Amino acid sequence: MTPLTFTLRNEPEERLDLSGLTPDRLAGMTPAEIAKLRVGTSRRPVAAGDIFKITGTDASNIVFSGGSGRFDRVGTEMTAGRIRVAGDVGARAGRRMAGGLLKIEGKAGVQAGSSMKNGRIEIDGDAGEGVGGPMAGEIHGMSGGLVIVRGKAGDRAGERMRRGIIALLKGCGDHAGLGMIAGTIVATGRVGRYPGHLMKRGSLLFDLKPAELSPTFVDCGRVEIAFPALFDRYLMEEGILDRPLLGPRPFRFGGDNAVLGKGEIMFARG
Amino acid sequence: MQELTRNGITIDDTFAEAFGMRATAIIITAPTLKWARQAAITMTGFATSVIGCGCEAAIDIDIPASKTPDGRPGCRVMIFAMGTDELQKQLKTRLGQCVLTSPGSACFAGLQGSASLDLGSSLRYFGDGWQVSKKFGGKHYWRVPVMDGEFLCEAKTGLTKEAVGGGNFLLLAADAGKALAAAERAVAAIEKVPGAIMPFPGGIVRSGSKVGGKYKGMMASTNDAYAPTLRGVVKSALGPDINAVLEVVIDGETNDAVAAAMRAGLKAVIDLGPRRGALRISAGNYGGKLGKFHYHLKDLLP
Repeated sequence: MTPLTFTLRNEPEERLDLSGLTPDRLAGMTPAEIAKLRVGTSRRPVAAGDIFKITGTDASNIVFSGGSGRFDRVGTEMTAGRIRVAGDVGARAGRRMAGGLLKIEGKAGVQAGSSMKNGRIEIDGDAGEGVGGPMAGEIHGMSGGLVIVRGKAGDRAGERMRRGIIALLKGCGDHAGLGMIAGTIVATGRVGRYPGHLMKRGSLLFDLKPAELSPTFVDCGRVEIAFPALFDRYLMEEGILDRPLLGPRPFRFGGDNAVLGKGEIMFARG
Repeated sequence: MQELTRNGITIDDTFAEAFGMRATAIIITAPTLKWARQAAITMTGFATSVIGCGCEAAIDIDIPASKTPDGRPGCRVMIFAMGTDELQKQLKTRLGQCVLTSPGSACFAGLQGSASLDLGSSLRYFGDGWQVSKKFGGKHYWRVPVMDGEFLCEAKTGLTKEAVGGGNFLLLAADAGKALAAAERAVAAIEKVPGAIMPFPGGIVRSGSKVGGKYKGMMASTNDAYAPTLRGVVKSALGPDINAVLEVVIDGETNDAVAAAMRAGLKAVIDLGPRRGALRISAGNYGGKLGKFHYHLKDLLP
């Protein structure tokens, strides 16, 4: 079976809500039914068939040929299968995702992987603010799964996350792991101000010492423990990094002592 | 009895009788192989027989650093017991007292089985609130702060119900030195077989037993038929040329592992020959009614 492919006809004139175009929602639907699905967000009745040329039949393997910063909520709540976007996406890609693979070959807007539970999101370009974070009013953010941003991520990546792994391969903005409850954030490259601000538990793992570390983190010295080698190996086996991140004797800071103080920031080079 | 010989060694036409058991395995790593093995040896001390020790345990194989989860040298330890509850209890106490305490140690699951046993899940409380849970790659680990850094331990390991305990053979020789030489050869060969352990001291038993005894309450007593000092006094299984008997006992992850181990051990003894080693090879059984697994020596010869 060929992948169910949505080929973008023209740059959309309004923001699109693509939360309906997931493997779960499209299973068993005919191309005609899919073409009639509403994807517009304005008062005009914009349907999937107006925006995309729809080909292929395998709804468990969805391809968006061509993307746009106006593609919001791609892969929302998907639980299985895969979605590949050959282009950019807008806000909240993979929000509350519970399984499967979401691959974005361009940039992602704000809140990619917001409150995701499981599955894997790969973003080849940059990502906006709040990767894996909660929506306003939500108690916690990401609670499982893996997000890989191969570009740079915006501020507040991994805000209030509880579990799971976020890997940011070209650095990130300020306040990574803000109010983190637990989980792991990996970042290589430049990390913005005050990573781990108000984190309770969890691990922030960097290659370099952050330029501005909150004074409520305390220096635990260089540690000689087995965990970094195990985790470095995982990162390489998953294809996230091609060389070890932490090495045998990383530096460790404990915090945030403004709150519970059971979190850690570890980095390879001081 | 039909006479069967290999390289001048008489092979009795008999079989080893073995039992179904529960088994688990863990991988212990440390900064050096010496300390990985030290943790493993300590953990598997006083674990020769389920009758008196609660479990049977030993090192299965050493694992090079490139093949362990954390890239440090390690070894795989197997533990056998008759029931899941006893196995869990033994695993927990031995892990807590012997592996957690050993310098630089870390511990990982060594078996994917039909059910799971607690590993780090039962030790994490040692961290007194400072333990760290990490889940990645489909696995769950605990990091417990200790005085030389951290004890890293996978949360669970697997349990197999396919395990077999009690594979064995008896090496009958002209003197104690030759019996020991033959047994050492067998042990060295079996150590290379994955999934099989020999829980007795150095893999060797000198006090083989029979079921029951004359004293009330004795479940087992000396195997007088194979005791050379009683030859002539009791109904002995030993001819005039035999003056020492040693037994090698094998527990395996599967029926096949026990058979492979016995095959390797028999080959090593036969290769050594009767002048330097055993004159005769036999095996222990209870008439075939108690154990589900029978290993006939004639089927396992080289």
